[in-house]
Amino acid sequence: MSALVVVLTLPLVTALTVLLLPARARVPVVLASSALIVLAAGALALAVWHGGPVTLAVGGWAPPLGIALRADGLAAALIMMSALVMGAVALAAQFELTPDRVGARMGFGFWPLMLLLWAALNAVYLSRDLFNLYVGVELLSLAAVALVALSGSAQALAAALRYMIFALAGSLLYLAGVVLAYGAHGTLDIGLLAVRVPAHTDALALGLMTAGLLAKTALFPFHVWLPPAHAGAPAPASALLSALVPKASFLILIRLWFEAMPDLASGAALLVLAALGAIAVIWGGVLALVQKRLKLIVAYSTVAQLGYLFFIFPLAGGDGSAQPWAAGAWTGAMFQALSHGLAKAAMFLTAGIYIAAIGSDRLGDLRGLARTLPMTGFAFALAAITLMGLPPSGGFTAKYLLMTSAFAAGQWPWALVLAGGGVLAAAYLYRPIAALFAQRAQTAARPIPRAWQAVPLVLAALSILLGLLSAIPFDLLQIGRPAPAQEGL
Amino acid sequence: MSLALDLALCALILGVALATVAGGGVFRAVIFFITYGLFLAIGWARLGAFDVALAEAAIGAGLTGVLLLAAHARLRRMQAGDAPPPAGLNLPAALAGAGMALALGWAWFALPVPATPDIASALPRSGVGNPVTAVLLNFRAWDTLLESIVLLAALLGVWILARDGDWNAPLGPRYHALSGGVLVNFGRFLPPIGLCFGVYLVWAGADYIGGAFQGGTVLAAVGLVALMANVVRPPRVSYALLRAAVVIGPAVFLLAGLLAAGFGAGFLTLPPALAKSVILVIEAALTISIAVTLALLVIGPPDDAGRSS
Repeated sequence: MSALVVVLTLPLVTALTVLLLPARARVPVVLASSALIVLAAGALALAVWHGGPVTLAVGGWAPPLGIALRADGLAAALIMMSALVMGAVALAAQFELTPDRVGARMGFGFWPLMLLLWAALNAVYLSRDLFNLYVGVELLSLAAVALVALSGSAQALAAALRYMIFALAGSLLYLAGVVLAYGAHGTLDIGLLAVRVPAHTDALALGLMTAGLLAKTALFPFHVWLPPAHAGAPAPASALLSALVPKASFLILIRLWFEAMPDLASGAALLVLAALGAIAVIWGGVLALVQKRLKLIVAYSTVAQLGYLFFIFPLAGGDGSAQPWAAGAWTGAMFQALSHGLAKAAMFLTAGIYIAAIGSDRLGDLRGLARTLPMTGFAFALAAITLMGLPPSGGFTAKYLLMTSAFAAGQWPWALVLAGGGVLAAAYLYRPIAALFAQRAQTAARPIPRAWQAVPLVLAALSILLGLLSAIPFDLLQIGRPAPAQEGL
Repeated sequence: MSLALDLALCALILGVALATVAGGGVFRAVIFFITYGLFLAIGWARLGAFDVALAEAAIGAGLTGVLLLAAHARLRRMQAGDAPPPAGLNLPAALAGAGMALALGWAWFALPVPATPDIASALPRSGVGNPVTAVLLNFRAWDTLLESIVLLAALLGVWILARDGDWNAPLGPRYHALSGGVLVNFGRFLPPIGLCFGVYLVWAGADYIGGAFQGGTVLAAVGLVALMANVVRPPRVSYALLRAAVVIGPAVFLLAGLLAAGFGAGFLTLPPALAKSVILVIEAALTISIAVTLALLVIGPPDDAGRSS
């Protein structure tokens, strides 16, 4: 059985199994199966590395009748990153979300929801079919909303409800666009849409799909649901929501604007997308600066960090796709997606450790905790280096590539925002770091197992390694990259 | 004649939709929404999409209606439903809705004649005669498999909303039914009929109209009537048989797909000779899960407070 089928189905099989298992067997089964999925993700990445994109026509029916799946370098890299984050979150959650700590409801609910989220992510990364992508993001959104509601507090339920309204409105807009695309061309396949005969309704279809996906990706001004939702969930769930979930809808945007309908990418539309991203970088950074709780700082930082991803549109899309700087911009944005995923998951997991240790994540209460929990303090600092974009991290590689492309393209405003966003990130992350590394401890901390503390450290170290060993992911990301539009065709 | 009927139907759909969103009162809006679903179902039937019409009537109007009425009753119990609705028009929402309607209306006239995939020539190899079932269970089986999982995720999301102390309580609120009353009699009289109809819909779905979703919804309604009439007791989330019933549909579907991959045919590939029997087995399993999941979605999370009060 191919690695592609394993990463697609094993999370589902495990989710169904977990629902039938007695409580004590749950965690061992999830951990064993997570390890297998990480291995399968590695095997899939290797297969793509050696043999190029891996494709599968599900059920043996080729599009337009059936659904095509395809693992290109980008999908393989995202599947690998998600598998590492999921595996780490499962390892942390076995300490954090035990039934005797958080009750039977949360101790049960987290595991199947986490696995369903994983299945939805992999389904979205691999799918080449617009309607199948809709079903994938529906599963993703429902599992994500339930994870927000998991902690059960009134604020969390309110945040989950607001998230669900945004997510459902986004789904409806996206679905309306899909229906228009199908109505005009009789196919939902991205590859077939790329070679379609253009119709008048295509711009409306692309606009509706894009608006829906922006709401799900929480791009400014659709970001308002994100901070309360991500800060209200239990820390392992927050790690998944912040590190992985927005990447799925962003990937669909890439599939639409670079692969299915690149001919519609007008300069003005691309500019609007990147301008919203730039506002998100600044606005998210400023709001992160004034928060008093660690989880809210980290959540607002997600609003800002997602903004950088949208610089890909004017730098590598539309007319720019044939330019020499396009490859750098494209790869830079993808490096940002990967390194942000690893670093942000690490940060939320450290927040979970602090909450378990002192029962609070207020900055005032965190003072001096790096002395009692040095490993966790180190993990937070490493993750912060990636988010600030300092060398030698993956975040540095991402911002360096985006910045050089911006200068090469003569679009220096994006470079200014990249620099300003880095300064803001340094400022809003300085506050928790200064508190953690303060001289005197404020609160007595409960002991935390070393194995638990090691989990975010490994993730944060991986986000740095991504920058040190950037050549391998760089080459992987080029495999199957949408070919630039040929001039004069 | 038929044009007049269609125009009247369109006017009714639009009027009822307007009555749902405009004007005061949650209860009024719910009743209009149910009516809206029924008119929409007639509309689908007029378009020849009988499978969609069945699903719209059963899920859009039926189960969603029950759900909304239950939500309204709960709001009233908590004295939260009495708050007067905000006066006047919600201008941003109205503008957004009108803009969307105009854009889609324009698209209708701008759309080229649709080219649909060639289902007719592939249908003989799909194992079933109903093209809708062929698309759902064979050509695009991966979509349907994921959709059955979406239903499961929704159920987990509803269960998660329980209070921590109620986790081991029976599911849903306590229903009051007068012994010898209309509800109790219905609870004993309707289920056998509904059971036959639901099973027929699934069986006929292979070649005619119907299928696991439509049949499952009818069976869910049967379960709900029996539950509300206190003919059967509500289960608890820890009940093993309940968990198995919720899981069996997606599990059998997934297993069939993986077996095909294991035998070298490819994930979810049904050999034409076996397709019909495999599809029937998957549909039977899916029907159980869909019926149980939909009924459980309507009755809601474990709730002890609703019982003691």
